[in-house]
Amino acid sequence: MKWSEMFTSSIGKKLVMSLTGIFLILFLIVHVSLNACIWAMDGGEMFNKGAHFMGSNVVPRILEVGLFAGLLLHIIQGFMLEFQNRSKRRQGYAVAMGSKGSKWYSRSMGILGSLILIFLVVHISDFWFPNRSNQGFLLGEEINLYDKMQVTFQELWVVILYIAGCISLAWHLLHGFQSAFRTLGVSNKKYLALLNATGIGFSIIIPFVFAMMPVSFYMGWV
Amino acid sequence: MEHYMMNLTLKVWRQKNANDKGGFESYPVKNISSEMSFLEMIDVLNEELIRDGKDPIAFDHDCREGICGACSMYIDGRPHGPWEQNTTCQLHMRAYKDGDTITIEPWRANAFPVIKDLIVDRSAFDRIIQAGGYISVNTGNAVDANAMPVEKDKADAAFAAAACIGCGACVAACKNSSALLFVSAKVSHLALLPQGSPERKSRALNMVAQMDKEGFGACTNTGACEAVCPKGISITNIARLNAEFSLAALVSQ
Repeated sequence: MKWSEMFTSSIGKKLVMSLTGIFLILFLIVHVSLNACIWAMDGGEMFNKGAHFMGSNVVPRILEVGLFAGLLLHIIQGFMLEFQNRSKRRQGYAVAMGSKGSKWYSRSMGILGSLILIFLVVHISDFWFPNRSNQGFLLGEEINLYDKMQVTFQELWVVILYIAGCISLAWHLLHGFQSAFRTLGVSNKKYLALLNATGIGFSIIIPFVFAMMPVSFYMGWV
Repeated sequence: MEHYMMNLTLKVWRQKNANDKGGFESYPVKNISSEMSFLEMIDVLNEELIRDGKDPIAFDHDCREGICGACSMYIDGRPHGPWEQNTTCQLHMRAYKDGDTITIEPWRANAFPVIKDLIVDRSAFDRIIQAGGYISVNTGNAVDANAMPVEKDKADAAFAAAACIGCGACVAACKNSSALLFVSAKVSHLALLPQGSPERKSRALNMVAQMDKEGFGACTNTGACEAVCPKGISITNIARLNAEFSLAALVSQ
């Protein structure tokens, strides 16, 4: 079997979703950890140092290219799978099955993913794009991202939008985390139980910490 | 359980043939015993339709004891009706009460085209089995039953997967019309046993390739298939198939 045959088979396409999904999950850990420096209560000194490292060191900047590639692959493959899967039942049922046997969020990964994508467009144009364009997209002068957050999160509607983005992410992860490992072939019940529990914890804690960032700025906690 | 009689309204999908557009028709059915099976209730209606010179409702059935997988009705939004781990033929009218309206549809999937009324063409499953759901055996005298040792746990898991009757409820329930629960049960059943090891790799690759060719969707692990499976086939089998397929694909030439 050729590589192309492997990755265009139904299981191969899911493997792509699974591997890029796990890669993005790992990115979330890096992102949330670095951003948590806003709570160092030092006027953003530690946070800006972290941001400076990520923006000026060549290794994270190369990894950044990989991140966008992985993200794009996850988005494009996700949309293609969603449309292909929907086309497999030309005539639908008069009485929908609904939630008899599956959770709504496991059936709504396409919609949840699209909501996250809309949020990401706003989020990237809020921070990443202005910062990188200030750098000339290479290793030039950065902007003060802590001050930028401070200003951005004074608007209530922005804070609400970010919280909505985090909620979409939480539901997306609640199915995606454990599903990614099933697709990779984890069938051992002992490990599946561990991954399920970890997945639930991850889906609640990470989006919650993210959501607390705009809230902290808006409420003046930092 | 107390016996009672009931009058019901059936909304049944009627379609003359594969090319007909089809539509729902309503039928009142009277004096149905709570001890009848669901198919016997349809039999009663069909006898009436025949008496009136009308075309009876075409539906698949064979053993009527829950082991053949022929009966295939999507009843009130659930394959095989409201009971857990049950086939349509084993659904009994005590599940309903007087005055109920029951909607009956055929399995819906491009890979399962409607032949007539509630009968769909499930030969796609046969072609998937032909692509790899077999083992090589020597001809000649039958081998002694216990000549090949099998670990108890694996024998049990293989048996649980082998319980699949190929009814297609998993496809009918899946939002993607994926057949992965069926294929994973067949692959797991043979992959777990020493008898299945000669074709272990080619089986996973070929059966998945045939499944894709038949026009089934990709699995998104929602679990709807497992919930409606009359034989309680676990979606753990799907994870096992994913591993079988990926490893076989990675080491193949």
